[in-house]
Amino acid sequence: MSLEDTFRPRVLVTKIGLDGHDRGSRIVAAACRDAGMEVIYTPPWQTIAAVVKLALEEDVDVVGISSLATDHLIVPKLTNALRDAGLGHMRVVVGGIVPDNEEAMLLQSGVRQVFHPGGTMDEITAKIREYALEARAAGAHTDMQETP
Amino acid sequence: MNKPFESPLASATAAKAKARWERDYREAIGTDRSTENVSGIPVRPLYGPDDWANYGQADPLGFPGQPDYTRGIYATMHRGRTWTQRQLIGLGTPADYNERLLGIMARGATAVSLIPCNSVYRGYDMDTVEPELLGTCGVVVNNADHMDRCLEGVDLNRISCALNDPSPFTLLAFMLVTAERRGVDWRSVTGTSNQSDYISHYVANHMFYRLSLPGARRVLMDHIAFCNEKVPRWNPMSVVGQHTQQAGATPAEAMAFTLATAVQNAEDCIARGMDPDQFLPRFTFFFDISLSFFEEVAKFRAGRRIWARLARERLGAKKETAWRFKFHGQTSGVDLTRQQPLNNIARVTAQAMAGIFGGLQSLHTDSYDEVFQVPGEAAARIAVATQNILREEAHLTDVIDPLGGSFYVESLTDTMEEKILSIMKTIDDAGGMYKAVESGLVQRMIGASALRFQQKVDRGEQTIVGVNAYRAEDEAAARPAVERPDPAKMQAHLDAFAAWKKGRSARAVDAALDNLTRAAEDPKANVFAAVVDGARAGLSNEEICARLRRDLGFGQPLAFV
Repeated sequence: MSLEDTFRPRVLVTKIGLDGHDRGSRIVAAACRDAGMEVIYTPPWQTIAAVVKLALEEDVDVVGISSLATDHLIVPKLTNALRDAGLGHMRVVVGGIVPDNEEAMLLQSGVRQVFHPGGTMDEITAKIREYALEARAAGAHTDMQETP
Repeated sequence: MNKPFESPLASATAAKAKARWERDYREAIGTDRSTENVSGIPVRPLYGPDDWANYGQADPLGFPGQPDYTRGIYATMHRGRTWTQRQLIGLGTPADYNERLLGIMARGATAVSLIPCNSVYRGYDMDTVEPELLGTCGVVVNNADHMDRCLEGVDLNRISCALNDPSPFTLLAFMLVTAERRGVDWRSVTGTSNQSDYISHYVANHMFYRLSLPGARRVLMDHIAFCNEKVPRWNPMSVVGQHTQQAGATPAEAMAFTLATAVQNAEDCIARGMDPDQFLPRFTFFFDISLSFFEEVAKFRAGRRIWARLARERLGAKKETAWRFKFHGQTSGVDLTRQQPLNNIARVTAQAMAGIFGGLQSLHTDSYDEVFQVPGEAAARIAVATQNILREEAHLTDVIDPLGGSFYVESLTDTMEEKILSIMKTIDDAGGMYKAVESGLVQRMIGASALRFQQKVDRGEQTIVGVNAYRAEDEAAARPAVERPDPAKMQAHLDAFAAWKKGRSARAVDAALDNLTRAAEDPKANVFAAVVDGARAGLSNEEICARLRRDLGFGQPLAFV
């Protein structure tokens, strides 16, 4: 059996900022769970510091941020904070409403993908799985480098 | 029993015709698809006299303006006074908001609405949140001066203001202080506290959620009592079905949860010694209008008559004005798509028609760009024009309840009514709406319905044009670039706020905060009166919210998958 068959991605599904519309985050979290992933789910309004702490403690592969209002505007602060905490291998994805002219800013900040409305749950969970594998490989690579 | 007289010969002919249609239909259709609406009610291919229980009675439907109001709450309905066109606006600084507001008023709007920034909803002032987010979803109003600036040039004696203002109702407090400063009598101030329904916030729209459940319950009662006495033309209670339906509740669930919430709040008022004939005429409702056209029409018709019975029989109101189900409808944003966004204009048109045929009193039509942003100017004009076209070109207001008497609509109104009542019974059995949300029962029901709908879309059983069917090349050009508030203007607003805070007497601020605490600690005091006093004394939104969160509790809503 290869890693891909036995691999269980660990995914944090959360919301940062001020908005509380959680239909999307709940549906995606349920879909990830049903697809066999370990899902850590939080209520909305997490601070960036709280998300970084949770990501570290739970050792997740993917951080999924749901943004329905304008909270995606502070996602670059999150990707920076993750890198500062040595968690740069974790993959960050954003789902929800992100205008075209603001997507580039997110991708440049290190966001792996922005999921726009209309994707199926199968498409989303397949991508999250793929990114989790990437993160696990990148994390292992980092660990090896750090070993003296 | 009561069917019109038919000769045996005519009956036999009719039965033969029906049998022939049934045979022809089966042969032609092959394998029929099974169809049910979002609320789970099976939908048959044809409806006839046998499907409408009251068919053939002398007065099967009653009349508009008469209980049980199936056909509408007023005798004239839209043929007399059409619905209020109330577009929601709010963006940027108070000066930005005021400019936009005066613009839409110059084009004929007769009612004001104010959407505050999400930071305001969450109970924070602008100096304690991430600056990138300020004013991106609504106007940044943190004190009475800001409200005064927002409403500059607006005659508060004349213009009805709908404030999106959750408990503890700081925006209304700021507005009442503004009215005082301008010498406007509170008795002539009209409008609605649009987000007064703490239960729906707790369940589904967390961003409005500020106080603990018991704290919010207390402050709502104080708010209703205060307004009934001192601002009698104000509607302090807007019971919200929109949040639960946007969160995934089916139309029947959303109506049932809303009616159960209204009953909860009314019974709380009665327990406090208030008279239903005084407070119920100031209850209003706020609903989502989804694209499930006939289901929405039936939802409103059924809800209206259930409420009339509840108000009279369960709540004991004697006046007809207390039985009327007055509602504002907003076309559903969840139904809009990012793909081929101009299609949203067609969606909004169908949604608006369902609301109009459902007998609404006030309507917000979404702009096609609401999937990307707070509506842009050009898109907002189309949304308003949609209402004007439906009213004046399509003549939807010429006839009252034009779908009344349709076999399908009447049958569906009856079955939706049964469904709504059975969901309400589940809530009643759980101890009422307050207990049912405290335990998470309602949240679980909504979560299950949201997931069921998503699965239907994923499996292609529910078509969404441009998303899972009729896909086209990505039309990025049709998606407008989103503009955010001018950072320089927002910085100036922040600086002025900081200067204002510094310029206040620390003693006066402390005294006003202590006054809030005394009110919160005294069950006989009115907390909302203390909020108004605090606003007058120069407290900010966050100061008021933070103090009441401390004294009345901050409740974290339930969150689970």
